[in-house]
Amino acid sequence: MTLETLIRFWPFFISVVMLFIIGLYCMLVTYNTIRVLIGIELLIKAATLLIIIAGYITNHLALTQSLVITMIVIEVIFITVAMGIVMGIFAHNKGSLDVRDTRNLKG
Amino acid sequence: MLLDIVILSLLILAALWTTMTRSLLRSAIGLASVSAALTIIMFRLRSPVAAVFELSVCSGFISVLFVTAISLTNPLTRSEIMERMKDRLNRFWYLPLIVAAAGLALSLMNVEIFLRLPPAEAERDVRNVLWNMRQLDLLGHIILLILGSFGVAVLFKKQRDK
Amino acid sequence: MISSFIIAPLFILIFDRIFFSRSKLRNVIYWTSLVFFLAQMVMVIFPVERFMFCRVDNLSRVSLLSIGLVAFVTVLSSRQIMKDDSKRRIFISLVLIAVIGMNAVSTTRDLFSLYVFMEIASIASFVLIALNKERDAFEGAFKYVLFSAIATVFMLSAIGLILLISGGTSFNSIRDGLRISSHNFLIYFALGVFLSGLFIKGGVAPFHGWVMDAYTAAPASVSIFLAGIATKATGVYTLVRFADSVFLLTAPIKSVLLFVSAVSIIMAAIAAFMQDDMKRMLSYSSVSQVGYIIMGLGCGTPLGITGAMFHFFNHAVFKSLLFINSASLESRAGTRNMSVLSGMGKKMPVTALTSLIAGFSTAGVPPMAGFWSKLIIITALWLSGYRVYAFIAALASILTLGYILKMQRRVFWSRPADKDIQVKGAGFNLVFAETLLAAIIVSVGIFLPFWLRVR
Repeated sequence: MTLETLIRFWPFFISVVMLFIIGLYCMLVTYNTIRVLIGIELLIKAATLLIIIAGYITNHLALTQSLVITMIVIEVIFITVAMGIVMGIFAHNKGSLDVRDTRNLKG
Repeated sequence: MLLDIVILSLLILAALWTTMTRSLLRSAIGLASVSAALTIIMFRLRSPVAAVFELSVCSGFISVLFVTAISLTNPLTRSEIMERMKDRLNRFWYLPLIVAAAGLALSLMNVEIFLRLPPAEAERDVRNVLWNMRQLDLLGHIILLILGSFGVAVLFKKQRDK
Repeated sequence: MISSFIIAPLFILIFDRIFFSRSKLRNVIYWTSLVFFLAQMVMVIFPVERFMFCRVDNLSRVSLLSIGLVAFVTVLSSRQIMKDDSKRRIFISLVLIAVIGMNAVSTTRDLFSLYVFMEIASIASFVLIALNKERDAFEGAFKYVLFSAIATVFMLSAIGLILLISGGTSFNSIRDGLRISSHNFLIYFALGVFLSGLFIKGGVAPFHGWVMDAYTAAPASVSIFLAGIATKATGVYTLVRFADSVFLLTAPIKSVLLFVSAVSIIMAAIAAFMQDDMKRMLSYSSVSQVGYIIMGLGCGTPLGITGAMFHFFNHAVFKSLLFINSASLESRAGTRNMSVLSGMGKKMPVTALTSLIAGFSTAGVPPMAGFWSKLIIITALWLSGYRVYAFIAALASILTLGYILKMQRRVFWSRPADKDIQVKGAGFNLVFAETLLAAIIVSVGIFLPFWLRVR
């Protein structure tokens, strides 16, 4: 990678790292289960951006686009099932989404 | 280049808003706007097909999913929210500082990564790659959809009272 | 590679959903899936490429054999454990989907397809854990979702970074790319991120938080499947496959693997001592045994990898046997709390005997199969100069024997308490599954040396 391309793409890499930080913070600090899922979404967005940039730099656009399409399908199914689990937690916790009310298992 | 930086900073701002805002509904809308900004970046990085998927599925369908879930779970009343959100500000005001510091440090950093890039591939179509070279992934799509229907059938079904 | 290991279960699933949904035919999927798992085992032991549509190497064969065996036993014993017909039908369908994912992970040669099918297996596991829709089950499943999501994102970013170096996602092109530009900061970063993703998926020590909750909260049949194979065939197998065919095990990676595995062996074995819940104890034991597999991989020699894969198979057998025993205790005696259970040895003689055999195999007591795999791993460590780690592995075996004997004494050998626990009769399927697995352990343990000499 020459220095020129690096300078051209450095802002993209910085924003990937920033998105990672935001997503992880959102996942780890919040107590709301739905907001945890939103944090997961932000993390997956960062990974998507990274793969797209890699495809652009190395000029493998067809490959990376097909990878991203598959990733999006996985993401949708993942979030749907995770949402079902969150709704189950909600139904069993007397209508609370707070993680602090959930901790029953220890270890 | 300047346009790219503007869109990227919009994306980061939308992500910050998604995380920091109090209302879950606004948070879901913020997520949709992050997806929309990402779509524009993908389009500018010459990946239009994936961008369409991102816009329709992530920005559309997943936001609908989140909004449905939020409205089904009857959020707490306003006073309860205020009660719970009191310590929220204490926990979250570090985030913009951390993000800004990380961004500043990374942009000032003088990184030299010498990579030998792989040879560029011949000009190919996404459809060709997806249907001819990545058939296993397509099979995976089918299995994922079946799995998703099973998951919805198991998890969202109301429990029968006995 | 699209093989019959992926296509056949998919067809079983779809045909069952379309044609056999009437209540009289609810058990069709039970029998067909049993036949398929048997066929998978036979196909792997006597490889007939005409029926498989793909080439498999020995690493894949071990994994496919373990998957077939554990899935067979799980479905067989679910007839007794899970009484509700329609629920069992959904359970078997989800097990089939998870088996599709794991079979594809075992046979594929492409990093991204591996990720896709690993994700299929994980999502099927989420639904399986939450199958009974109980409070604890939802909580365990949610923890699994969290850790799994972080692992997913790590692996995806590693794929993104690796794409910068190699032109494609197949194992061959990645290996070539890594060889061209080796000793690069970015490459080590990408590999480290990928490894930590796999550690989370496999449930190794610093990232093992979800394992206990997921295994303990899951329904009894599901935890046989999860603990026996599901997390191992995705996380641990991929680690071995990746070390074997993508990156050469360099010194820093080896030391990381050895250190992580030593921590997980010791810590989980000590934590297993203090548990009252039988399933929770067995999950800690599972984390500890996964540590042995990774330790065998970490010494990097062919002997070590052989020992690791042999222990992979052994772990699938004895851990699923132990979990079947706990499920049998739970369904027949009504509880799996070890401080309540006592004197079950006379009431459930088969369960007591088979759990002793499986426990001895876990600890590595000589006539059992687990002894040989642990011996191979420790020998490989000793020969390649990691004497401290060999000592740790041998010492932790004694710890393992300790908690296994403690469990046996509390549950089976102790004098019955004043309050008598009513025990239901054992069904044929449970007894058959238990004796089958115990017979495999004993016969592999006894006949392995002769078999090796013949070859």
